[in-house]
Amino acid sequence: MTKLRKIETQVLEIIQQDFPLTPRPYEELARRLGSSEDEVFKAVQSLRKKGIIRRLGGSFDSRKIGYKSTLVALSVPKTRLQEVVTIVNSYPGVTHNYEREGKYNVWFTLIAESEQAIEETIAEIRNKTGAEIINLPATHLFKIKVDFDLGNNDE
Amino acid sequence: MKLDPLDHEIINALSGDISDSLRPYHDIASRLNISEDELLRRVRNYEKTGVLRRMGAMIAHRVAGVDANGMIVWDIPEEHIEDVGRKLASTQEVTHCYARRRHPDWPYNLYTMVHGRTRKTCERIAARLAQEVGIGNYKVVFSTREFKKTSPRYFVK
Repeated sequence: MTKLRKIETQVLEIIQQDFPLTPRPYEELARRLGSSEDEVFKAVQSLRKKGIIRRLGGSFDSRKIGYKSTLVALSVPKTRLQEVVTIVNSYPGVTHNYEREGKYNVWFTLIAESEQAIEETIAEIRNKTGAEIINLPATHLFKIKVDFDLGNNDE
Repeated sequence: MKLDPLDHEIINALSGDISDSLRPYHDIASRLNISEDELLRRVRNYEKTGVLRRMGAMIAHRVAGVDANGMIVWDIPEEHIEDVGRKLASTQEVTHCYARRRHPDWPYNLYTMVHGRTRKTCERIAARLAQEVGIGNYKVVFSTREFKKTSPRYFVK
């Protein structure tokens, strides 16, 4: 794990939860930390360069903005894995994609502006890959934890 | 919340990476031809209505030292799913909990995510949760590789 300077740790702790919605956000952070705008800005730049901050921006509730999402699993022979993953990953609506153990070994989450768009994308992936594919839409959401210690669990 | 075309453009901009600048909101506002005030007013409103969960830094998982990601899938009798789902969701270890449609070839109807430093940790958590809710029909499906992980981009033209 990369060693962080004290100011980097302090800034990170705050902005993981809340990056100020003010015209000069770094000045606001500096005020809270008793630091200077320049120093805080440089700390954030450094965290971004080191790849510790993956993204600085908004995390939205996709359902509240009208998006639909689902979980999709594919059964893919090992020898065709790379080829299939390249096809799946090429869709911008595919946000997470993992290899998992078992018969169904490729699992991805898909978002789109409508149910119909979701169905179309799945049908397209089925046609292009010829893989066995199952669609597992959520029927009820019990929990999504926004865990700041772990980062981006809310996405 | 009803969103208009300008909202779509703002949400699109904020669902990406904001600029490396002292005035990132000013940059977005001028790109969209609106005042910074108007932009901030709308974004604060997204926050108030829950459209925006948070504005902040998304950090890389591995950096935080969490390695194993176990998806526990459960086969629960329909009449108990509400109760079991709620119980599992209330535990500290479960970060995500969804009921999902069953598939003839995949009979599971409840999904929980747990994270831990090792697979053993995840397996132990699963066994304990299973005991707590009295469900024996479950499976821990580990991820072995990450193929893609991106933040969703909305209203891409």
